[in-house]
Amino acid sequence: MWYLANYLEKNYAVSINGQESAWLIYLIVAIASALVMLGFASLFAGLASFVERRIAGRIMARVGPNRVGPQGLFQFVADGLKLIMKEDLIPNGADRFLFKIAPYFVFAGMLGTFVVLPFGANIVAANMDVGIFYIISITALVVVGIILGGWASNSKWSMFGGLRSAAQIVSYEIPLALSILVVVLLSGSLSTQGIISAQGGLPWDWFIFHSPFAFIAFFIYFVSALAEGNRTPFDLPEAESELVAGYCTEYSGFRFVVFFFAEWANLWIMSAIAVICFLGGWRVPFISVEESTSSWGIILLGLAIFMVKTLALVVVVIQLRWTLPRLRLDQMMNLCWKYLVPGSFVCILGTMTWMVLIDWNSMIGLVLRVVVFAGAFMLLAYYIYRIRFNYMIDRDNYKKMTGKDMWYPPYRLP
Amino acid sequence: MTEYGFSFVSVIVFLSLAALFVFAVLLLGRFLRPSRSSQEKRSVYECGERPIGDAWFNFNPRFYIIALIFVIFDVEISFTFPVAKVFSSWIKQGHAGLAYAELATFIVILLLGFIYVWKKGDLDWLKKFDHDVN
Repeated sequence: MWYLANYLEKNYAVSINGQESAWLIYLIVAIASALVMLGFASLFAGLASFVERRIAGRIMARVGPNRVGPQGLFQFVADGLKLIMKEDLIPNGADRFLFKIAPYFVFAGMLGTFVVLPFGANIVAANMDVGIFYIISITALVVVGIILGGWASNSKWSMFGGLRSAAQIVSYEIPLALSILVVVLLSGSLSTQGIISAQGGLPWDWFIFHSPFAFIAFFIYFVSALAEGNRTPFDLPEAESELVAGYCTEYSGFRFVVFFFAEWANLWIMSAIAVICFLGGWRVPFISVEESTSSWGIILLGLAIFMVKTLALVVVVIQLRWTLPRLRLDQMMNLCWKYLVPGSFVCILGTMTWMVLIDWNSMIGLVLRVVVFAGAFMLLAYYIYRIRFNYMIDRDNYKKMTGKDMWYPPYRLP
Repeated sequence: MTEYGFSFVSVIVFLSLAALFVFAVLLLGRFLRPSRSSQEKRSVYECGERPIGDAWFNFNPRFYIIALIFVIFDVEISFTFPVAKVFSSWIKQGHAGLAYAELATFIVILLLGFIYVWKKGDLDWLKKFDHDVN
């Protein structure tokens, strides 16, 4: 929103009682963008919770929420209102001060990320020049909130959940930062807009297809981001079947909402970072960076491209949650320290070597990117083929057992 | 105001708005929600039984070791970020060999530390003792 503030300052800056009011304009623009982002985060978190419950219902062959509003769309509003009116309990032995401030840390860590998350060309709250580094550091506030909440409750379940969560998030921060380092190497920029500008609109100009190493780095990022966001298969801190509700066992009412609000908004954050760093962001094919701000049509097209990519990743994350079983704690730590961390070191060294040997803009660089893209595309095609293969077997068995068709039209919501 | 300054004004505004939002909704809820607390309601959940003792007990030191390893690695990685940022521009200026050697040396030293920690067994979540050879 820097451009907007700059524009307003040039045209509408007036002096009040002899004082220059330019700073006021910047402050108002910053507050307005913060309000817009808060609105977006709450709307997204609410709708994501609805979509998640509907997809869960469908995967588990049940209905899911469908009463409040059309197809149950306003279920999250009803839930939010109900939880605001719930009694707010603080356990007897708890550290009252730390118990109360823990949700603030979680929420600030979530909303703070939206400062540098771009939505399109020039559509970003502030194009900070240390953007991606800032994201890594500000998300650490969430861990502080979770540890405080788990420890201050003075409940054994909360304590276990908080400790596990701390160990998990802290461990997975290493492969996450290392895989983002690969992107920083490639783009030569730390700002989110700079990283997107260094990529291209066409798939083989994205960083994910730069080399096999960058391709692996994307998956390392994705797995670590799942663990950072406490998503299944890494939802050990709040594993219902073993830890009751983990660090938020003793929280009720709106304080409880804050933790889950942050978790669902985090869904957007992790997917958006994946799109920014690896999947080309808002870049429109055949349009250069300079032209991408030339007209509103192109900016909105970029916005739509960004949204579609991010929401596709969000749906993948939600589906993963309802298909994969939970890992055991020692398996999870082994995966991080013995596979992902060495893997991301190899990715960094490999990408460095690749960059020194092969120029991004040269013909051979382009050819190799297309080859990597084709390989990845074939992998995806094989994946879809296997899904279809399994589906056919299920369908035949279902027909044999019940005599009915298993086909359920996807356009009809359950 | 510079763009640099504006971005940090935005950070402060975002963080204070986050705190304000949570505080405002909790304040609003104060007038709406009931407040009929009792001793039973305020006891912590321990599977329906009366809670036994505090939860503030000694816990396994392996959490501490993991946190220590994390701090070392995270500091090293944050030192690597600025070097990684200028890496591609150094290649463009023709200093590819120097940039590569510098960054690779740094990362290899980091890797050596990692191998040391691994060999020492600090990355094993379940510690193996001499008597429980599987």
